[in-house]
Amino acid sequence: MKLHAWFAAALLAVSAAAQAQAPIRIGAFLSVTGPAAFLGDPEQKTLELYVERLNADGGVLGRKLELVSYDSGGDAEKARTFAKRLIEQDRVDLIVGGSTTGETMAVVPLVEAAGLPFISLAGAVVIVEPVKKWVFKTPHTDRMACDKIFVDMKARGVSKAALISGSGGFDKSMRAQCQGVAKNHGIDVVADETYGASDTDMTTQLTKIRNTPGVQAVLNAGFGQGPAIVTKNYRQLGITVPLYQSHGVASKQYINLAGDAAEGVRLPAAALLVAESLPDSDPQKKVVVSYKQAYETHFKQDVSTFGGHAYDGLMLAVAAMKKAGSTDKAKVRDALEQIRGYMGTAGVVNMSAQDHMGLDLTAFRMLEVRKGDWVLAR
Amino acid sequence: MSAQLAQFLLSGLTVGAIYALVALGFCIIYNASHVINFAQGEFVMIGGMAAASFLGAGLPLPLAALAAVALAALIGMALVKFAVEPARGASVVTLIIITIGAAILLRGLASIVWDKRIHALPAFSGEQPIEIAGATLAPQSLWVIGVTALIVAALWWFFNRTLTGKAILAVSHNRLAAQLMGISVRRVLLVSFGLSAALGALAGILIAPITFTSWDVGVMLGLKGFAAAILGGMGSGPGAVLGGLTLGLLESLGAGYISSAYKDAIAFIIILVVLVLMPGGLLGGRATERV
Repeated sequence: MKLHAWFAAALLAVSAAAQAQAPIRIGAFLSVTGPAAFLGDPEQKTLELYVERLNADGGVLGRKLELVSYDSGGDAEKARTFAKRLIEQDRVDLIVGGSTTGETMAVVPLVEAAGLPFISLAGAVVIVEPVKKWVFKTPHTDRMACDKIFVDMKARGVSKAALISGSGGFDKSMRAQCQGVAKNHGIDVVADETYGASDTDMTTQLTKIRNTPGVQAVLNAGFGQGPAIVTKNYRQLGITVPLYQSHGVASKQYINLAGDAAEGVRLPAAALLVAESLPDSDPQKKVVVSYKQAYETHFKQDVSTFGGHAYDGLMLAVAAMKKAGSTDKAKVRDALEQIRGYMGTAGVVNMSAQDHMGLDLTAFRMLEVRKGDWVLAR
Repeated sequence: MSAQLAQFLLSGLTVGAIYALVALGFCIIYNASHVINFAQGEFVMIGGMAAASFLGAGLPLPLAALAAVALAALIGMALVKFAVEPARGASVVTLIIITIGAAILLRGLASIVWDKRIHALPAFSGEQPIEIAGATLAPQSLWVIGVTALIVAALWWFFNRTLTGKAILAVSHNRLAAQLMGISVRRVLLVSFGLSAALGALAGILIAPITFTSWDVGVMLGLKGFAAAILGGMGSGPGAVLGGLTLGLLESLGAGYISSAYKDAIAFIIILVVLVLMPGGLLGGRATERV
């Protein structure tokens, strides 16, 4: 009899321990293939790399992490299906994912209904404005990029600017945001041209901008190969006013594509791009240099800010779990909302009930291309 | 404002020459088999991507370009061997659908074999813009325009003066009769796919310094090239060039004088109008029905 009781107790203890040892499941849906692959690919790699690293260091809360990741191929409908599977079948504790705004917004109703913390890696303001209870995001918004650019233009004495943008979702959103905030900075948008996502020549649009009287600077909102072609055409036409690009092309690839034409171009970007050249006193230097080196030595590939967003998402999730002391969904959500002073690759994060992104303008650095590399604009 | 017009025209010519070069690739396969090869854009992509990766591996540019063209030609012939030949006797529509499948396969393979990033090739003769009447032109555009002209001439010679070229035309007119005259239809198909793949790859290499290249660049280039080929008259070399240049100029002038947001719509509306009035395209012959 007594033996039986001991045995039962031991069994109970073992199963409880096993329960505690069950891995924490991090769900992800990312555009690893498809048109937004340049976002999803580094994000996926970053998540894999850092889940492995965290596990090597003993995991979180004494439990291992397990990454459950799906490739949504940039398709919002697929993203929705995978999110559903993550919630209902895989029963993940938290989702870090959503490479594009479209995918993220398709999933928002699901996580809100399920009550699951969701950290999005997409850019647009609509994700966190208005605030959604369970939804957070790590990247800067396009409105912040516009603000940063206009502040810099103003400092250079520009009051009339021209806008040229692509026809993609990112481009359109940024164009609308920039037009919205230009007035706040006392800047007139005097020309507004667009080009198609796979156009091969923008000299026509740029000629119109050149012939618009009073243009003192040009802002190109876009990503992919478009901005590099714009930059080349800009020099070909001999336009001399300053050219600004968006954070959408904040990678070494842009300079490689545009070549000499990129000289003197300015753009707002996260500190990650100039990690090594930040002054040692910069509080962000340590985190960006360590992420950059880890990524580049492991994957033999230039680091991009997009992978950085995934790093921030995962680290915020881990910080919130540690803070909550459990993986209880409501507690983790509350802990996420209370994160203050977290230093990530995108900048310092101060979450609040009103702000589920927590970044401010200091997160952006104004960079300039000099001799084929990024430097901090003075 | 004449400098502005000159710039619009030069921009239109640059883009138009690119479309024309892609459109030419459609002609050869169409001439041989009446098949519209929707993998033509992928050959353009393979040319650019392969040249970029050979260049990255240390080959000098001319050698890298040559290797890329050879690779594309091999892939074009493999396409005949493994996809078109097994479907021997299938209707033209079936073959067209096979080329769509091949396009998707090639695109997927390219994204795995190479990567999903955008690559550039250096311009062949510098980047110093050439000034003409107050407007500017990138030197690479002259390469594109010049090679397009050469290819049109070479194709005319090939189809009218060589036995293989005539054999291809014969097969397109009447496959059975051609076969009875001792022409190997299999060889004709092999040659025409290989040739148009090589041509597509050459286009991809020439335009990569202007447009850049990536694994999915073939979709839009293929579509625009196809539109240009249809506009000019399917199967006609000079028609492809005329169609390409017209399309490029329409886009540029539409963007310049009406609205850059609607330039594609403007160009395609005009194409539709032309095709309603001239169903065979600008230089297309009378449509002959194959029975």
